[in-house]
Amino acid sequence: MAIRTEELLMNIGPQHPSTHGVLRVVVKVDGEIIVDAEPVVGYLHRGTEKLAEDLQYTQIIPYTDRLDYLASMINNHAIVGAVEKAMDLEVPERAEHLRVIVAELQRIASHLVFFGTYLLDLGAMSPFLYVFAEREKIIDLFNRLCGARLTFNYMRVGGVKWDTPEGWVEEAKQFVQHLKKQMDMYHELVTGNEIFLNRVKGIGKFDTETAINFAMSGINLRSTGFNWDLRKNKPYSIYDRFDFDVVVGENGDCYDRYMCHLKEIEQSLRIVEQALDQIPEGPVMGKVPKILRVPAGEYYSAVEGARGELGVYIVSEGKDKPYRLKFRRPSFVNLQLLPKLLVGQSMSNLIAILGAVDIVLGEVDA
Amino acid sequence: MEVTKNTANPQEPAYVQFEGFSKEESQELSKAGVLIGTLEQVKAWARSNSLWPLTFATACCGIEMMGTGAAHYDLDRFGIIFRASPRQADCIIIAGTITKKMAPILKRLYDQMPEPKWVVAMGSCATAGGPYVRAYSVVKGADQIIPVDVYIPGCPPSPPALIYGLNKLQEKIRLEAKGKKVR
Ligand code: SF4
Repeated sequence: MAIRTEELLMNIGPQHPSTHGVLRVVVKVDGEIIVDAEPVVGYLHRGTEKLAEDLQYTQIIPYTDRLDYLASMINNHAIVGAVEKAMDLEVPERAEHLRVIVAELQRIASHLVFFGTYLLDLGAMSPFLYVFAEREKIIDLFNRLCGARLTFNYMRVGGVKWDTPEGWVEEAKQFVQHLKKQMDMYHELVTGNEIFLNRVKGIGKFDTETAINFAMSGINLRSTGFNWDLRKNKPYSIYDRFDFDVVVGENGDCYDRYMCHLKEIEQSLRIVEQALDQIPEGPVMGKVPKILRVPAGEYYSAVEGARGELGVYIVSEGKDKPYRLKFRRPSFVNLQLLPKLLVGQSMSNLIAILGAVDIVLGEVDA
Repeated sequence: MEVTKNTANPQEPAYVQFEGFSKEESQELSKAGVLIGTLEQVKAWARSNSLWPLTFATACCGIEMMGTGAAHYDLDRFGIIFRASPRQADCIIIAGTITKKMAPILKRLYDQMPEPKWVVAMGSCATAGGPYVRAYSVVKGADQIIPVDVYIPGCPPSPPALIYGLNKLQEKIRLEAKGKKVR
């Protein structure tokens, strides 16, 4: 006699420690196996794009800090880059270098948080403690640079707000050397671990075609073996001057995504190192008009965010405020594949898959 | 309970002056290692030193909360350990923006927590809407949904500020047990 089974509807979130914020996933399970999954977003919808229509371009910068709050500097870079491109403004050399340095340090900080929280999700507590101690050092560097710990508001259209305080460059160099050593330790701690490998190898697999069809970008796309990084393919700022490799995976499973994150930290360290060596003296703020008026028209520009292509689309009527501002938020786009990934998996893999897609809810909901 | 030191004669050991007892009696009790308090005070002392907050991180402030809980600032030394289930928590740190969609869930989580319970509003969003006060989808402060005990300003508050706020909450718990009104 067959055992009668019933499908069960289950809510994961919005208050759940492993959904990285307030994502809610409604899953239908048959025993342990997921037969249907649907992410419910919007629990953190703060109306950033609507608010931006009422703000001058400089006033929008602090709001971008709060989009992807793990990578505020990169968000700053996206919006100031877009306005500069639209207005055809020059940025001083020193400012460009500083931008690259802080953006890459921020990428490292963001990937470190991924590393810590992902392992926390999988049940390993100590990496979380390690990486937050490490991240604290980056945050301290930023704190000395601009006086904030999370929401930096550091970049301005035409440059950056503050020059480095005394000794900052040396400190940053020391940190790079320090983290290089630490990375080996992380690999030793986690990467070869049997339990960890069993939980991530071959889990949550997708191929390049699916990823492209779902407009995925960033590590999610690169983990499938497709070489696409805006820093190389469409160089913005001064990224074309630095020597670094684009990290690509092979199989597009959770393990590859994890490895891509860690290897990307190493590449970012390389960029920071070069930028710190090359940084010239000079002003950090270029000549910009007092009131920024973007000429009428539509503009799009994108940067490689910590989670993928972070685009800013400006529709301007020639005023000092945008008519419409749209952020292409990589977390939101990457999340769309989740239902497909989850179907057929067991319940315990849900967190492993969700964690590896690496979303930040501030960015998903905006 | 306050420890009194005889400044005139530093040789004399410190003692606790109990309410309703003379100085000599208090000294004698202290010497014998006896402490007198109401049961409420003892309970409050225990509670305030083992606050278990719910992990309710909705937005950016949550990252600072995680940072405070991690190795560098280490909330564990105050007996503060994060719990993921409201049934096990006795304090909720609202770290982040509360949207209108989130508000009913916050209320439900609060209702699920066992008494006694306290609420800390971390950051300007949870205090009064913060930078999103003009947004159509954001609740202008968590106190519109549930009663808040401690407000911590900042966007986001730095970890020392969060620790200070939590210390204030501990103080409040102890003072309230003595029958003092704390606002
Ligand atoms: S107070 Fe500031 S940092 Fe905190 S959740 Fe609100 S916007 Fe984010």
